[in-house]
Amino acid sequence: MGDIDKLMASRRGFLGLAGAGGAALALGGARQGQAAPVRTNARILILGAGAGGAAIANRLSERLDGAEITVLDGRAQHWYQPGFTLIAAGLRGADYAVSATERWLPRGITFISEYAAELDPEASRVTTTGGQRLDYDYLIVATGLVLDWDAIEGFDLSMVGPETGISAHYASPEMAEKSWHALDRFTDEGGVGLFGRPATEMKCAGAPVKICFLAEDIATTKGNRDRCEFVYNAQAQNLFGVPVIHHRVRQIMDERDITYRYEHVLRAIDPGAKTATYATPNGDVTDRWDFINVVPPQRAPQVIRDSGLAWADRWTDQGWIEVDTQTLRHARYPNVFGIGDINGVPKGKTAASVKFHIPVVEDHLVAEIAGAEGTRLYDGYTSCPLITRVGRAMLVEFDYQDNLTPSFPGLIAPLEELWISWLMKEVALKATYNAMLRGRA
Amino acid sequence: MEEFSLMTILAVFEEMFGRGLFWAMVALAVAITLAWVYVLVRDRSLSMRKFLLAQLSMPVGGVAAVWFVLVMTNSSLRDLGGPIDGIVLLGVFAAGAVGFAILVYVVQSLLRGRPADS
Repeated sequence: MGDIDKLMASRRGFLGLAGAGGAALALGGARQGQAAPVRTNARILILGAGAGGAAIANRLSERLDGAEITVLDGRAQHWYQPGFTLIAAGLRGADYAVSATERWLPRGITFISEYAAELDPEASRVTTTGGQRLDYDYLIVATGLVLDWDAIEGFDLSMVGPETGISAHYASPEMAEKSWHALDRFTDEGGVGLFGRPATEMKCAGAPVKICFLAEDIATTKGNRDRCEFVYNAQAQNLFGVPVIHHRVRQIMDERDITYRYEHVLRAIDPGAKTATYATPNGDVTDRWDFINVVPPQRAPQVIRDSGLAWADRWTDQGWIEVDTQTLRHARYPNVFGIGDINGVPKGKTAASVKFHIPVVEDHLVAEIAGAEGTRLYDGYTSCPLITRVGRAMLVEFDYQDNLTPSFPGLIAPLEELWISWLMKEVALKATYNAMLRGRA
Repeated sequence: MEEFSLMTILAVFEEMFGRGLFWAMVALAVAITLAWVYVLVRDRSLSMRKFLLAQLSMPVGGVAAVWFVLVMTNSSLRDLGGPIDGIVLLGVFAAGAVGFAILVYVVQSLLRGRPADS
């Protein structure tokens, strides 16, 4: 989840935001290097008006003159997903993450409030759920992903809340708020809390860890820590895909007496008996819980999986699109690009990744329209203010190679629990995200 | 886009506070600073008595700024985790202290009027 939350504005920008306004003034102001708009009559279709879709629509409408830009998205609400963790920890209400989709879109484009029903990349054509036929010259796929709740046997979103002890903060702002009420009650009354993540690729792989840390911190603050037990279930042989971050997370879990188990993938829950069943290499394991945070498997929307854009031999149960990992251009359909969660790249389904996908796609698309070739490459950068308790976070940033890529080396240590990293998440992130949506950051 | 520029920072601050509130705060800060310059020019000197009171009020402004930031960010002093956190906190304190001192000086000057005997 975008707990990227992550989008440290510009990698070099945030400290400036934190206090060095003078330095900014010294830079002399105006945005540099913005060329005159490129004249074109290209038809550009953007699937999805989330973080990626809205931001690229704004960028392209600024960079192109005369382009026919159409944005397709059936959801009237825009969700600031990096805020879901804060809502689920009782620090914000549900409305913190909700705005109107159309608010973020530029003037002069066409917004169609429908979803894609059919996508034919051979014919460069999309048919909407309302039956409209849209032909395009360039397609930008920014649909995001879908949460496969049905894959958790016995689970239904209607169960979420304090009565059941079930939390599902990935689902929506409203569900995140209900999840908080469940967590609030659990940390009042005590018992066993189960956390974990699915075995598929997922958005904001740090979020399940964050909510576990926050739950432990909230119980501690309430003075009820000794009545609560916390168990984190990892899908793999690690707690985080990047080894150095895994070790740090494990160390913190050890320090705070949080139990962790590897290769435990949630496959069913029984809300009546309050049990959860995990698939493990040694067969199923069933545990009792008083509180459980459910994060389901995640996949590409069906229309994308049916379109022929997905990888044929990778993530076949998930359907991420086959883009070049550096240019984000489709490997088989050069007039198709991907932004955000939908991309079949090895890392980073976060808003921070979106932020770094956008200039790459913008560069290659605008360059091609101008008759040149784009030069910008995406190195897999993503980031995550990994909250370790209310008031502290670690600003972890990394790339395809599992290298740490700190934006402020020597100033903000990536594996240190810091207040400033929390401030970025709490104060600066949403503002930066919003500025990104408008194409301004 | 990824570049660090004044425009990016202004965009982020506008989003943080809302465009109207942000520029209103900027305008207020500029107005107080201009008022300070005005009273300095008007009085043709820095009044040491007013400056002393302004200096004495600095801790109040600093503490208030720190308190405001901690409350607004669901934080407490126990959350400080490394040197950069201390620097940020000192920065907040210093900004609050200096801002409040200027405000106190200006308010004294404007309320008491031009000194008759200097």
